[in-house]
Amino acid sequence: MSNNEKKLKQVGQNNQDLYSVTVSPHMSEYRSVKSVMWNVVFALLPALIVGIYLFGMRALLLTVYGVIAAVLCEALIQKLRKQPITVNDGSAVITGMLVAFNFHAAAPWWIPVLGSIFAIAIGKHVFGGLGHNPMNPALLGRVFLVASFPTYTAAGWIPTLRNSISGITSNMDIPAVTDLVSSATPLAVIKSLRDPSFVNNINEAFPNASQILMDEAASLPTIQNLFWGNIGGCIGEVSAAALLLGALWLAWKRIIEWRIPTFFILTVFVLTFIFGGIDGLFSASILLPFFHIFAGGLMLGALYMATDMVTSPLTKKGRIVFGIGCGFMTVVIRFVGGYPEGVTFAILLMNLIVPLIDKHTRPKPFGFVPDK
Amino acid sequence: MGFMTFPGGIHPDDNKRYSKDAKIELYPQPDKVVIPLNQHIGAPAKTIVKVGETVKTGQVIAEAGGFVSIPMHSSITGKVSKIGRFPHPSGSMQMAVEITKTDADNWVDLVDDDYQTLTPDEMKERIRSAGVCGMGGAGFPTAVKLSPPKGKDIDTIIINGVECEPYLTADHRLMLEKSEDILNGLKIFMKIAGAKQAYIGIEANKPDAIDKMKNLVKSETNIGVVALKLKYPQGAEKQLIYACTKRRVPNKGGLPLEIGVIVQNVGTALAAYEAVRYKKPLIDRVVTISGKIVQHPKNLQVRIGTQFSDLLECCGDTTAEISKIISGGPMMGFAISTLMAPVTKTSSGLILLGKKESRTYEEQTCIRCCRCVDVCPMNLLPSKIAIDVKYEDWDGADEAGASDCIKCGCCAYVCPAQIRLIQWIDIGKNKLTEMKK
Repeated sequence: MSNNEKKLKQVGQNNQDLYSVTVSPHMSEYRSVKSVMWNVVFALLPALIVGIYLFGMRALLLTVYGVIAAVLCEALIQKLRKQPITVNDGSAVITGMLVAFNFHAAAPWWIPVLGSIFAIAIGKHVFGGLGHNPMNPALLGRVFLVASFPTYTAAGWIPTLRNSISGITSNMDIPAVTDLVSSATPLAVIKSLRDPSFVNNINEAFPNASQILMDEAASLPTIQNLFWGNIGGCIGEVSAAALLLGALWLAWKRIIEWRIPTFFILTVFVLTFIFGGIDGLFSASILLPFFHIFAGGLMLGALYMATDMVTSPLTKKGRIVFGIGCGFMTVVIRFVGGYPEGVTFAILLMNLIVPLIDKHTRPKPFGFVPDK
Repeated sequence: MGFMTFPGGIHPDDNKRYSKDAKIELYPQPDKVVIPLNQHIGAPAKTIVKVGETVKTGQVIAEAGGFVSIPMHSSITGKVSKIGRFPHPSGSMQMAVEITKTDADNWVDLVDDDYQTLTPDEMKERIRSAGVCGMGGAGFPTAVKLSPPKGKDIDTIIINGVECEPYLTADHRLMLEKSEDILNGLKIFMKIAGAKQAYIGIEANKPDAIDKMKNLVKSETNIGVVALKLKYPQGAEKQLIYACTKRRVPNKGGLPLEIGVIVQNVGTALAAYEAVRYKKPLIDRVVTISGKIVQHPKNLQVRIGTQFSDLLECCGDTTAEISKIISGGPMMGFAISTLMAPVTKTSSGLILLGKKESRTYEEQTCIRCCRCVDVCPMNLLPSKIAIDVKYEDWDGADEAGASDCIKCGCCAYVCPAQIRLIQWIDIGKNKLTEMKK
């Protein structure tokens, strides 16, 4: 025993007891990873409630399947890897919910289950678990299913009780158009209008039909349908309003930061305004960008998936670059890619270059002076 | 009224309500004091007394151990009873002189000069021999701070009355009760450094102090009171300078004097004034004793070397069991294991925390939530530095700015994963300093 230790011991005896010693700071926000994650779950509830309201209890059932599969899968992997089981931190619950949110309510039960298992096992734990995954696990789960089971994931869309799938009402009596607006998602309708053979076809049957259809898509009633979620679509994606409500909660709680969603949505808005029309640059109505930001998975993606802490940049400037990149890729895929929707791939691609973004957007320390 | 501030920072509960209205009380000389030889930045002082020697209040017991150092004085009248290692409020055991009271308070001779006629060098000498050091926390010898190298002109003095650490109210009370002396201290600093202008920076949660100081400097043309936004770490030197002057202290170890500024704490200004006018050595200071569980939180003027256990006795019983004691403020202070530690020249407070406020957590995995990046007042990437240090990537830690960290603790305060960011960064910082040598 060193002299110091002896002395310390003496001090302890003289003073009856020693007090607990910890490192500074001795105050904290008393926030935990767990509270962050459960707050996200809470924020996703409005979207789930709208999903149940529009598509019935099957929407809830599929979400529950997804969550249970994600939680069990995480627990099992942690048990096998002899790690502490941390499923109560809520992060697997979020993944399960987000996977299920990405599919329509008529999907078979094993779709969210398989998606969640892939998301947790391959998307998250292969890389070392929470905090180490380079890509958003839920989106990987979705991509896995879309690529492996296209017939199950794309077919069988169900419309809401009072509307068509696309939410677009067409007054034109052309079978091709009626078919399209009642059976395809809003983005698929818009995508068709960029297909020359389809456009020629309908324009032959009805003069200027493509432009009329475009105007109908970018009309106020359609956008209202999209905003409130009165359309067919994926369980958690349909209602922009519900997603925004949850996101406001998260922003108020300082769990998501404004830069990524703002720049993501703004980029899509600007690019769709410039390139969205079918008669060249700036030919789109000012309502078309609203169509694009409320349609498809953009709100869910921009507010809940691009903002995923683990897979987005650390730096403030990096978050702006990331948001713009996601928006750009989304529009590129929506307009020239093979899929009607591009949010998933846009975010995953941007996830992969996050380390690069972080490296090149490192902030300058306060009072920075360059090396001489 | 617009408040000045800096980018980044956090908003912890300031907890000043417990002690902000408690007038400064004089704590009489205790039966025993323990005066550490190392209470400041720089070389420890060297003892010049022996065990058994009797000393008067204010008598030099240890000389400055170098240029960057300060002398120590006896704070009571008594007999040197022991020279050895004692618990230090920084948590370690350090060399100190123990003096036991034998007599009534018997001071060395003080003067009451017309100090205005002194030359700047004479003033500086009085500050040096009174053992004055920065009383806000770091404890840099004041006379050294007032001696910039040739070619560095100082044009601005800033008095730090921010006191951004939660709970602490010692500086707040001083500004209310000793405002004129503080202003005189500031004028002494301006004369010594040849500064043309000065600011007194006070945080918005002390409106009474802002009013008081504003009234006092009404007739001064070159001294301004700056009301600062309530935000931690508003009182950090670089952040305070930026808020008052919009000048940025250069990073990589730059000093405020490089941009023509010297910052001094209000307590230091008072001590310097008393040293210059009365030749009074720095042997007492105001300490805040506070906490939710303290029955009678107080601001006490106590002798340097008084043990914390003595101070606690006059604040009544605690309302709950003490779980943690903190010397200094809760953001940057030290948790110490024993109440036997003494008050030093830099002890601004003694905070007692109950079980509820001193919960501790296991460190978890970083989820890259970026809260630390968003609040860092130095614009660093705390979580990245911590990971680099963990994996001993010293170059990475250097690039991410480890050596620019001011250890304010904002990052650790907001971290949901309870990562000990300050300590990881500190390891990196020390390693980098070592490697650069």
